Amino acid sequence: MSAVNLSHSGADAHAHDEHDHHDLPWIRKYVFSEDHKYIAKQYLVSGIIWAIIGGLLSVLFRIQLGFPDADLSWLKPLLGEWIQNGKLDPEFYLALVTMHGTIMVFFVLTAGLSGTFSNFLIPLQIGARDMASGFLNMISYWLFFLSSVIMMFSLFIKTGPASGGWVVYPPLSALPQAVNGSGFGMSLWLGAMVLFIASTLLGGLNYVTTIINLRTKGMTFTRLPLTIWAFFITAILGILSFPVLVSAVLLLIFDRAFDTSFFLSEIYIGGEALHHEGGSPVLFQHLFWFLGHPEVYIVILPALGITSEIVSTNSRKPIFGYKAMIFSLIAIAFLSFLVWAHHMFVSGMNPFLGSIFMFLTLIIAIPSSVKAFNYIATLWRGNIIFTPAMLFSIGLVSFFLSGGLTGIILGNSASDIQLHDTYFVVAHFHIVMGSASFFGMLAGVYHWFPKMFGRMMDERLGYIHFWLTFIGVYLIFFPMHYIGIAGFPRRYYSWTGFDAFSTFTDLNQFISIAAIITFVAQFIFIFNFFYSMYKGRVATANPWRSNALEWTTPINPGHGNWPGAIPTVYRWPYDYSKPGSKEDFIPQNVPFSETPESNFPNEVDEI
Amino acid sequence: MLTIEEPKPTFTVNPKRFLLWLFIVTIIMMFAALTSAYLVRSSDGDWLKFDLPPMFMASTAIILLSSVTIQFAYWFATNNKMNLLIASMAVTTILGLLFLYLQVKGWGQLVDEKIFLGGRYSNPAGSFVYVISGLHAFHIISGLIYLLIVLYSSIRGRVNSTNLLQIEMCTTYWHFLDLLWIYLFVFLQFNN
Ligand code: HEM
Ligand SMILES: [Cu+2]
Repeated sequence: MSAVNLSHSGADAHAHDEHDHHDLPWIRKYVFSEDHKYIAKQYLVSGIIWAIIGGLLSVLFRIQLGFPDADLSWLKPLLGEWIQNGKLDPEFYLALVTMHGTIMVFFVLTAGLSGTFSNFLIPLQIGARDMASGFLNMISYWLFFLSSVIMMFSLFIKTGPASGGWVVYPPLSALPQAVNGSGFGMSLWLGAMVLFIASTLLGGLNYVTTIINLRTKGMTFTRLPLTIWAFFITAILGILSFPVLVSAVLLLIFDRAFDTSFFLSEIYIGGEALHHEGGSPVLFQHLFWFLGHPEVYIVILPALGITSEIVSTNSRKPIFGYKAMIFSLIAIAFLSFLVWAHHMFVSGMNPFLGSIFMFLTLIIAIPSSVKAFNYIATLWRGNIIFTPAMLFSIGLVSFFLSGGLTGIILGNSASDIQLHDTYFVVAHFHIVMGSASFFGMLAGVYHWFPKMFGRMMDERLGYIHFWLTFIGVYLIFFPMHYIGIAGFPRRYYSWTGFDAFSTFTDLNQFISIAAIITFVAQFIFIFNFFYSMYKGRVATANPWRSNALEWTTPINPGHGNWPGAIPTVYRWPYDYSKPGSKEDFIPQNVPFSETPESNFPNEVDEI
Repeated sequence: MLTIEEPKPTFTVNPKRFLLWLFIVTIIMMFAALTSAYLVRSSDGDWLKFDLPPMFMASTAIILLSSVTIQFAYWFATNNKMNLLIASMAVTTILGLLFLYLQVKGWGQLVDEKIFLGGRYSNPAGSFVYVISGLHAFHIISGLIYLLIVLYSSIRGRVNSTNLLQIEMCTTYWHFLDLLWIYLFVFLQFNN
């Protein structure tokens, strides 16, 4: 029924010059491609490679944390000079933590997530031939690639990569004398980030423009799948917040290269008094977190969009509170610009100002819980189909909830005095951001793999992957709350010198072992991904019996996505199990006039 | 065939124009960050007070004038007055270059006043002026490249009353850079 071609009225709004894709030279087809689907896959594969590297770095520092007295000589083939006398170099430990954070937050969960799914799904789900500007889209990927090369290169230089934490606070990051990593490694970090931001902005401009201007006939804003809404709000967040990071990075570059004093004031280093006067390191924190907080939502919102779509499809029920979901996305995005100082409660901020930021921070819990509630209400009494994508989506809901709860504890400025910069914060954001967003990404890969590669991923491996990862995440991060409450600070190379913390040796060992197992379990996914690409079961046109437009394309959509006219949209994407309907789903391109048996009174009027 | 309901109309704008507007938003955010940083820092005390270089007055006048000439260029394009169009585009480009030259001169005057970008005798008050005007100058360079592209198109006869998009976008961008400078100039003037 969904195959009826409904191109009856008027000219195609998005008339597309049908230049033949196959005539393009090889390099423009497989390297500098302007096809959104291909660019999406480029982002995905880059993201996977970065995720493996980022994960490997975390395993290295977990070995140090879990087994501080162990002889690490066996790591010499990998780390070379960074292992001295069987011990990990303490400065390199800091570099590992820094690069792990940078890679995961920016390269995997921003570029890898938004880059893959915004690119892949926006044109397919709104009914467009491609992005508004394929050229800018291609540039966006290659800027990201260049940025990746520079960041990767910094891992191999003699003085080591940046090591001031992913937040690169000055003065540590501004003074090359401070730590080896603040030398050339930091310059590379800054250069890579400027390119990265340029890439993200180009991508974001394209996403917003495409969503506003290239929707197919009938695809009004209230008929957009929640995925698209999430990508849309995410892109706007990026457009508003990343330029602020550019400014911060620019001023930092001036402090480093031109000897200015934006973030530096009276400092002694190694007994020597520096000439800097009048700068303010706290100013950097303000600029950084004005981006940094929206950035955490840039990371999570696409995952929320992806999983909303998957949960509704696999519960065979309309998403509960579609408009409330949109409203809470917008509210979260808006509020995320007003809470940045909750990262700075202990920076000497006026306590009254602290209370205001505390109040604004706690308000975010409201739209966040609306989302959590709606997920659960969608699942409630649905005909749940536990595909791997569905399991990962439910996993996301669990993480979003348990991590959000600790956010409320941190958001209270009084309790944050104890908890700031401890493993409690680490536990909070790894559950709510890291794991939730990763699960959203994995869910997206399992769900849209058939559309990307025309084949299915292996379900059984998917289930094993899910359970190992889901349990692993809680085993790793749950104990960290206790260590954090005990006051154990983050970013410390070793803590055996403090009696207070020796009692946590076992727990730290436990966490490290869980982390290593969970990391290894990811290779099940990697194998499944690449194996299924070539050997997987061939997909059917609409394997999940979903309503969204992407499943009306051919199994392997070519350039321009639909061979004929673009389908017209007549309804929202969540008509699952509609009373009266023969099938338990009605795709978006089916007019109401074809479904008299299931129309609601207000829909009858639309015919 | 069945009678099928008409699809609901969707709202659209020209994507290219829209991209430009979004791009402008990113630039606004960048300067909003810098000027807020300036305000936050200057309220902390220990802030050097000095006058902006007189050359910045001249450059402000020049860039205002260039906004007028590009607007003329646009009108000439809508009326298909090709030679006048080319002339006004050329004048705008020259004024833009002149603006850059005057900015550099202005930095020279700052140095003469012993206001330095960096080093032992610098103060964030001075460094901010350099960085803010410098970043603006960087965008002026991008605007100049755009002007040259449109100038070339006009010479090749590709800009006329039926092909207005390119010059229209260029005009928008140039006006924006002009307005941005006026804002920065007034901001720095009043907060110094
Ligand atoms: C109810 C919702 C939330 C509240 C009230 C909240 C509150 C906070 C607070 C107060 C901190 C600062 C802790 C400190 O450094 O002392 C923090 C850290 C953090 N939060 Fe949340 N949070 C919430 C949800 C989220 C979400 C949804 C994400 C990401 C998707 C997130 C990501 C982060 C990250 C990455 C950090 C740590 C950054 C760092 O210091 O490296 N949070 N959160
Ligand atoms: Cu935050």
